[in-house]
Amino acid sequence: MNALYLVAIGNVPSNVMDWIEHAATDWYPLPIRRLASMQIPEHAFETTRKQYQSVEFLKLLARSAPPDAARILGVTDVDLSIPMLSFLFGQAQLDGPVAVVSLCRLRQEFYGLPMQEEVLRERTIKEVLHELGHTFGLVHCGDPKCPMSLATHVALVDSKEDRYCARCGIQLVERFSAVEGGV
Amino acid sequence: MKKNWPILVVDDEVVMCESLAAWLREDGYFVDTASDGQSALSLAGKTDYAICFVDLKMPGGMDGIETMMELRRIRPEASVIIITAYATVDTAIQAMKEGAQEYIVKPCNPQEISMLVSRILKLKKLQSENAILRKKLTRQYRHHDIITKNPRMQEILALTQDISSLRSTVLICGESGTGKELVARAVHYSGNRAEKPFVVVSCAALTETLLESELFGYEKGAFTGANSQAKGKFELAAGGTIFLDEIGDISAKLQADLLRVLQERRFYRVGGTQEVEVDVRVIAATNRNLSEEVRQGNFREDLYYRLNVIEIRLPALRDRREDIPLLAEHFVQRISSELGREISGITGAALKLLIAYDWPGNVRELENVIERAIVTCHNGMLDEQDFSWLQHTPSSAHPWEVPDVSLGELERRAIVAALERKGGNVKEASAALGIDRSTLYDKLKRYEITHK
Repeated sequence: MNALYLVAIGNVPSNVMDWIEHAATDWYPLPIRRLASMQIPEHAFETTRKQYQSVEFLKLLARSAPPDAARILGVTDVDLSIPMLSFLFGQAQLDGPVAVVSLCRLRQEFYGLPMQEEVLRERTIKEVLHELGHTFGLVHCGDPKCPMSLATHVALVDSKEDRYCARCGIQLVERFSAVEGGV
Repeated sequence: MKKNWPILVVDDEVVMCESLAAWLREDGYFVDTASDGQSALSLAGKTDYAICFVDLKMPGGMDGIETMMELRRIRPEASVIIITAYATVDTAIQAMKEGAQEYIVKPCNPQEISMLVSRILKLKKLQSENAILRKKLTRQYRHHDIITKNPRMQEILALTQDISSLRSTVLICGESGTGKELVARAVHYSGNRAEKPFVVVSCAALTETLLESELFGYEKGAFTGANSQAKGKFELAAGGTIFLDEIGDISAKLQADLLRVLQERRFYRVGGTQEVEVDVRVIAATNRNLSEEVRQGNFREDLYYRLNVIEIRLPALRDRREDIPLLAEHFVQRISSELGREISGITGAALKLLIAYDWPGNVRELENVIERAIVTCHNGMLDEQDFSWLQHTPSSAHPWEVPDVSLGELERRAIVAALERKGGNVKEASAALGIDRSTLYDKLKRYEITHK
């Protein structure tokens, strides 16, 4: 069976990768594997905005995916954006194989607050479920508690729960068979 | 997918175009992209876009303003949002003057763009609902809006048509929720009084004194608080129809007053000395057995015969079960549109459940049940689960029977059901099934659990 690959892009604490693997294991019925961490694509850096273009991260992941990758999720600590938007918590190809999550704005430190590991863990899991859900074709959910709901600021991430709502969960089940395709 | 509201993104920068489109697609919208004005126009010729994002500066050929003007010519109802890299008053003024609904400066906050799109679409939805409601308003109470294929109901509809232009009093009998007021309105609005008022009085809702002044009005000083003369419902209904609902509940005194109005077409306001003459058609309704009330001495026999010139007895919903699917589909369509929920219909299994139920509250109960199911439904189609709270009547309760399938098929069904019950959580589903996670994977693969 093709696998879901997790990979750190740049420096990401190993316990964060453990949280992500654990959450993915709870929801995705395919082998979960970790790849060695990758270098940050420095050409994606925009000096004026001091942010990285997330599209370049998605391209990097698509290029680096092993042949048996059904999905590949990159995790980075740098701040991501696209030309139209001032920031992103993450980005995914809708119903496609690649997704990336940025920890930068999930950290309390970004907002000038003391670091809180539990807060980062909760936010990371919700964001991972969100982006992975997109790769399985789920679109934003109207239930603000569902991780598939749209979060345009961190308070909205906090108001989510760390489990899909029944509707999104059932849609995921229906899509499990499609993971055989690979990248 | 919010397919009803397609969006077009026009920008010469591919990354800008594709990344915004991808972000909007994650929100469920159908999104097309174009890298120049000409391609945008050719796409707009084929698709009726609700919103077009257009970059102000596009080198070579048409710029953003030109593209916007042409788009608005082809699709006048599309909302154009101009994207600009620098906020200047001049460009903003120019864009808005040429018909842009909004303009945004990139990069913008995700919240800003998300709110902008939902604000525009909310307005568009209201506009389209308004158009639908206007259409409905003009035909709401005609006969063809009473939904039935039951022969007895069809006879009743034919009768209402025949009597619509008569002045004779009508008595409509039927259990609560069978549609007595709807039939009364149908009589009124298809007859020669349609242009005149249709006034409803719920007799059970008011005390005797209040009902009296409600029906006949009062003169100034008739009682404490009667500071000026007021017209009653009979006068307000002049030339039209008065619908007296729950007529079986009125007191002996009011029965006498009502009898006088029906006999003489005239009455006194409360505290008044001058007679008021009215031309009003009376339609009364009751959920009681009025002839039995007459036998027991609770209702005047002479009034009963005055009211009962034409009698319409509406059947209970359980006696016209063939209408349940029609009514249910009608309510789903109407209520989901009113509530702004995208519900496409009811599954066959759910309909069976609705048909088997006895509906003590009749059509009104069915309407309420559908509304509740729509509010709580999460998958676009009302199924058995959405009506699981409905109190089962003995006829609808079936003991579970082992289906006539192979053991493998039984196992496959158990796995799908467990995953659905646990909202797709593999860990919880495998625990519920009493197997470990890897065994569940093997079985998912073996049974090729696919789209339903």
